[in-house]
Amino acid sequence: MTVPLSYYLLLSGFVFLTGVVGVLIRRNIIVILLSVELMLNATNINFVAFSEYFHNVAGQVFVFFALTVAAAEVAVGLAIIIALHRANSSIYVDDLNLLKR
Amino acid sequence: MDHIFFFYFAGVIAVTSLLVVALRNPVYSALALLIMFFHVAGLYVTLHAEFLAAVQIVVYAGAILVLYLFVVMLLNVKAEERYHDQLPVAGLLGVMLCTEVVLLLIQSRTATSVSAAPADPVTAAGNTETIGEVLYSTYLFPFEVASLILLVAMIGAIILAKKDLLEGPSEP
Repeated sequence: MTVPLSYYLLLSGFVFLTGVVGVLIRRNIIVILLSVELMLNATNINFVAFSEYFHNVAGQVFVFFALTVAAAEVAVGLAIIIALHRANSSIYVDDLNLLKR
Repeated sequence: MDHIFFFYFAGVIAVTSLLVVALRNPVYSALALLIMFFHVAGLYVTLHAEFLAAVQIVVYAGAILVLYLFVVMLLNVKAEERYHDQLPVAGLLGVMLCTEVVLLLIQSRTATSVSAAPADPVTAAGNTETIGEVLYSTYLFPFEVASLILLVAMIGAIILAKKDLLEGPSEP
């Protein structure tokens, strides 16, 4: 007896929404990037689950591309955080109001 | 047996993803994310994606998370003393969307059962071999584009993080 597909969808939806809420409620920009990683992992779980249930390996190939984008996002994002910290000496998002002043 | 493994992995994934968002100290958040990555890899093994499980551990846990921890250490980040002001709105939004997902999936479970997909002998050849064949034949062009993305990200990260690459010697 295999696990139904909807259980995986439920899990990935929950993880994705946790990531969305994390982006909205955290002030530390590093943890916001970690929440984006949560969302990317939720989509990866979906891809692999559908790939297994439809016996199509293309879903697993797409996880690779998602992984590439995640790695690029982390590299550029952390570089931006370092530049921000150097310019502003703060990594809290509500301190970054340069365009509002 | 499948259910036991699924519920173990899913439970740990759900709890640790909540901890990533809820814990105040960014180091603890990153370590919770590490545990989540390992259990996602376990979930991939139960879904017969063994190669992806290995890649998940090597790339996510080995490279990406270490990079996060380095930056947390470099910037000497303190624990957050409070959440963002939009916490009530965001919490309401999250709960609403979560119930919506649950309701939609409960409704659709009776309507559409997963059609019996044609049993593919493709998985019998071994997971890594199959992925390699598909990746280097059907998805060859996206594969090359992915390498370009990585190159752009590398150059961008170096330029952004280096201190006085753009200012030059004309700075007073």
